Amino acid sequence: MRDVYVVSGGVSKFTKARPDKTFQAVIKEAYDYAIDDLGLTFPQFTELVDGSVASYFSDHFARQLMAGIMAQDYLGLCPKPSHRVEGGGATGGLCFQEAWKSVASGSMDICVAYGFETMSHVNTWKGNEFIALASDVSFDYPVGGFYSGYYAMMVTRHMKEFGTTVEQLAHVSVKNHINAYHNPYAQKRHRYTIEDVRAAPMVAWPLTRLDICVMSDGAAAVILCSEEGLEKLENASGRRYPRVVVESIGRGTDAMRMADRPHQSFDEFMAKNALAAERDDPDTRAYYQDLWEQGFRYPGVHSFRAGRMASKQAYERAGITDPLHEIDFIELHDAYTSSEIQTYEDMGLCRYGEGGAFAVSGQTFMPGLDYGLNLPDAPVCPVNPSGGLIACGHPVGATGLMQGVFALWQLQGTIGQHFHDDTLQIANARRGAIHSHAGTGTYVTVSILKQAEE
Amino acid sequence: MSENKRQLPRKIEETDAGQILFNVPFPAELDAEALQALKKMGPIVLKQPYCIDYIHSYGQDSPFFAGLANGVFLGSREPDTGYTYATPRGHDMTTGAETDWVVLPAEGVIHAFTVCHFGSEEFLPQTPFVLILVHFEGADTLFLSRLMGVDPDAASLDWIGMKVRARYLRNSKFRPTDVYFVPAES
Repeated sequence: MRDVYVVSGGVSKFTKARPDKTFQAVIKEAYDYAIDDLGLTFPQFTELVDGSVASYFSDHFARQLMAGIMAQDYLGLCPKPSHRVEGGGATGGLCFQEAWKSVASGSMDICVAYGFETMSHVNTWKGNEFIALASDVSFDYPVGGFYSGYYAMMVTRHMKEFGTTVEQLAHVSVKNHINAYHNPYAQKRHRYTIEDVRAAPMVAWPLTRLDICVMSDGAAAVILCSEEGLEKLENASGRRYPRVVVESIGRGTDAMRMADRPHQSFDEFMAKNALAAERDDPDTRAYYQDLWEQGFRYPGVHSFRAGRMASKQAYERAGITDPLHEIDFIELHDAYTSSEIQTYEDMGLCRYGEGGAFAVSGQTFMPGLDYGLNLPDAPVCPVNPSGGLIACGHPVGATGLMQGVFALWQLQGTIGQHFHDDTLQIANARRGAIHSHAGTGTYVTVSILKQAEE
Repeated sequence: MSENKRQLPRKIEETDAGQILFNVPFPAELDAEALQALKKMGPIVLKQPYCIDYIHSYGQDSPFFAGLANGVFLGSREPDTGYTYATPRGHDMTTGAETDWVVLPAEGVIHAFTVCHFGSEEFLPQTPFVLILVHFEGADTLFLSRLMGVDPDAASLDWIGMKVRARYLRNSKFRPTDVYFVPAES
């Protein structure tokens, strides 16, 4: 596999509805921004790019089959190779990784990953119905198909199992909304309090409207390239780009029906799912042994095994053994406050069962921001410095690519340039992770991006 | 040319079907300035109906729904390992073997739950409703269902672990909601 660099990206501002443009033209906003940021003209880039990967989740929302090729031709990329990827909420993350594969394999020197979703074409509750069709239509959807309900069931089990509280969940909402206050691309820029989150209308107990991301229209594009591709782009623009490399990728999956998720033994967990640091640390082994003696089983419905396996694979390939201290920030798929907390555990930022306490520790908050909270610990690894899905919005096919763009800008040190506000720039950010997650943890991707050695 | 040549239609017949918008504002003179100004035109947004009937087969899972119609709750069991699925599954995910049908107990316990105060459009009129994942003694996986007989405004983590009993619709709809649960002690 060859080294793959991320060189540029663009995001259309996510918003409730974009009736002013068709989806292709919204994608072009993000695409043009990425080209412009390279210092190239549209024809120059078209000449150099080898192909693309298209990302969108729902043919129902689009009411258009083969929307990918319509974007491809609108962007002037025909007859270059392309394909569409789909994997629920992780569609964008999968697209990023497919573009990585295209370059890493030697198939392309320069590949653009673009994605979109147009969720405003139906009303919110019909939209929820479309999304719920991403659950088993024989056994799950007809019972009351509603993704917020599915995630709420997972968190009630997490609360029962570990004592996680609704106030701990609300900390995630406050953090991500206040981060987004400084992100002009975010759909929701509000300063909420814990009380605001809990007082918001109850959607699926215990999740309120402020525990849940919103539907959006939007698009994003990321340009990846090989060393040779980098040379071609730099020769054309006469500029030298910051070196940001994809250090590793990881993916995991789990059963579509939550009811089918296994309840593994301690030994099986240790053999198959534990991170190296967990296996090697006697205290952690004893902690988990104790959990199992109390009746804990893995992954059940409280944990995302796919998220753990994606993280484990990405960490092993990158040589990461202490993710909390070796990763400078994470753009994490927080469709729900609860899933951010569950994912802290999957990604090994804390142990299983400790996500709630970890969420209120302060370690995942941004330094220098006033959250109006009493946080005992200093920030260590900010999670969702951009504001995440909860505040930025979640136009599904674009979301995972948006994470890639924001992570790139963090590692380039160009947040101030793109946001016109450098509040969210993490000082000395050298390594970041992007995490993309589909329906109740069915497909999960983790990609590690890093400043390359000059 | 034949004198009897059929007259081919040269016009699409006008109808009153669908949406019709009259008197759409548009420049009378299409000079360069007017054509440029079209870029500032607001988008035309219209509602398009979309309605489909699917022919859905339950395939190998069909006996489960026939069972519900007869007040029987069926699960699937791997014949050698005994791994038992409370939500039917034709083949075991570990051995790949075809599963056998088994009758599951009428009582289980709540493993997880939520109260949906909003929902997908199809279920919005039914809100608030309670979703539960049920665990059955002897089964290795769970079953998603509805819980009746509890106050949706009194949601509590104490519901987890509650014993529940299956009830069946008399008029089967051949959906998984042909079975639902109530607190066992009620």
